[in-house]
Amino acid sequence: MSAPAPSMFSPAARAAADRLGLTMGRANLEAFADTLVELARSDRRIMAVTSDSRGSGKLGSFGQALPEQIVEVGIAEQNLVGIAAGLAAVGKKPFATSPACFLAARALEQVKNDVCYSDVPAVLVGISAGVSYGALGSTHHSLHDFAALRAIHNITIVAPADNAETRAAVRLAAAASKPVYLRFGKAAMFDLPGGNESPFALGRARRLREGRDAAILATGETVVHALLAAEHLATQGIACRVESVHTVKPLDVEAVLAAGRDCGAVLTVEEHSVHGGLGEACAAVLLQAGVHVPFAIAGLPDADTVTGSQSDIFQHYGITMEGLANRITSLLAISR
Amino acid sequence: MSTATMTDRDLARKSIEYRRDAVRAIMHAGAGHTGGSLSCIDILNVLYNRVLRITPENWRDPVRDRYVQSKGHSVEALYVVLADKGFFPKESLDTLCRYRSPFIGHPTRKVPGIEMNTGGLGHGLPICVGMALAAKRDGHDVRVVTLLGDGELAEGSNWEGAMAAAHHRLDNLTAIVDHNSLQITGPTRDVCSNEPLDAKFAAFGWQVRRVDGHDLAALEQAIVHPGPAGVPVCVIADTVKGRGVSFMENVLKWHHGVPSVDEFSRAEAEFEQQLAAWEAGA
Repeated sequence: MSAPAPSMFSPAARAAADRLGLTMGRANLEAFADTLVELARSDRRIMAVTSDSRGSGKLGSFGQALPEQIVEVGIAEQNLVGIAAGLAAVGKKPFATSPACFLAARALEQVKNDVCYSDVPAVLVGISAGVSYGALGSTHHSLHDFAALRAIHNITIVAPADNAETRAAVRLAAAASKPVYLRFGKAAMFDLPGGNESPFALGRARRLREGRDAAILATGETVVHALLAAEHLATQGIACRVESVHTVKPLDVEAVLAAGRDCGAVLTVEEHSVHGGLGEACAAVLLQAGVHVPFAIAGLPDADTVTGSQSDIFQHYGITMEGLANRITSLLAISR
Repeated sequence: MSTATMTDRDLARKSIEYRRDAVRAIMHAGAGHTGGSLSCIDILNVLYNRVLRITPENWRDPVRDRYVQSKGHSVEALYVVLADKGFFPKESLDTLCRYRSPFIGHPTRKVPGIEMNTGGLGHGLPICVGMALAAKRDGHDVRVVTLLGDGELAEGSNWEGAMAAAHHRLDNLTAIVDHNSLQITGPTRDVCSNEPLDAKFAAFGWQVRRVDGHDLAALEQAIVHPGPAGVPVCVIADTVKGRGVSFMENVLKWHHGVPSVDEFSRAEAEFEQQLAAWEAGA
């Protein structure tokens, strides 16, 4: 591994990662920033719009390389999104970049009205999402962004799992004619398998592992833990399908239904409140299709979120290889 | 700047007709924001007939002037002006607020001539900052204008936009305040005063021009010239809510009061008198 594994990976998890041949990449945020500057060099419509967030958004080099394509608005997220909408309305391709906690709360009305309702092709980039800023407390956590944005019509919601998904998502967002929300954390991510075999398309989950005993539908930076849990369970003779559901909306309904129909249990995983995110979206799809399967949502409970590092918080709530494997085991016990 | 050939006298007639058509549309729809539409009609008249290069012919030209109505609830005024400019037939307004009509109670891009969907207050100015910035970065000679309500200025996002506009030296941006001094609860100064408004915008780095918002010549003079180099312009247009209908002027209930058939007849009679006076050359 090129970088030390974050502490959220136990020795057993690191061993599982080694068995899978996973190597550590960079933070998705860095892959985003590099891809954006690369695209913006040849597409002058692309603009980075920041709210005193170019440092945290890793856009410093973008600003140096392309000063005419970056707009700083100061610490003013409503203005950030309003300005981005105005830029998009007249032919620019803005990437409004701000911590997800502010972008999907403070600026929510601008997202709803100026971007989604007005239907302009702005890209909203929620950085340091989930509990990336774990020790800073709930002001800086974004455990509501999927829920808030899912209820707004006309926006694609994407949480890439690794650097390859990030690069692909940024390219597709730049080419999109509709609003897109991209969500990134700031920790280094393992490069996951299947990046080349399974083409990345918005709204299409990527199957990272085959199996029929159970399915794990995970999104964003939890996907690696789902994959490790599947590897761990394999040693107990339990074969798990793993899907990277990078696009939370529109949801890959076929992949969700296939998981429910093909597999003995379904577990969803997200770095988000258990309310209103990927899990409830999948539950609604399954129930309304009459697919009854042991089902659980792993995420952050509706409680005062513990603080600490992102690793501490993941471990506290069981968003780890061991924690997710236990959830699967429990689900399979129900089904027997 | 101006492509208009209309005389000042013809322009004055337009305001009377626009008011009559707006009140009629509201009566017919049974819904609308009468008072605020009447207060801003002279401003829209001057904008579309004297200042903005926005016509059905150049509507798809990316290098056109832009207008975003931040006080979206006064959409009836905008509809009658756009109909008069030929963006859609005047009869379209018979569908105002009807089931599935694109002519709803706030501006949307489904209607030809409308740039952005507005209605939530405090949104127009930041959007226009983005539009004006894009024109600056591209070196395009484009004017960007937004219309704000004075009550709306309590929304903090306006001041985020005001700060950014001056910082980014957007002399191609003009914000016009329809300063009718009344909002739904009462006089703006009693609800949450924004005075001294001139000084506030000036302190944010804007050039402030104060004008009688019903004096067409003065309005044109105040709006037609962009700001000095690097300075956005705020035109504070002192207006009367309900202007043009005696029993609606400065009366709170006409914020979103809808005239009955009888009230419309009385209003129409006043418009007829105004047109007769215009004919007589007054």
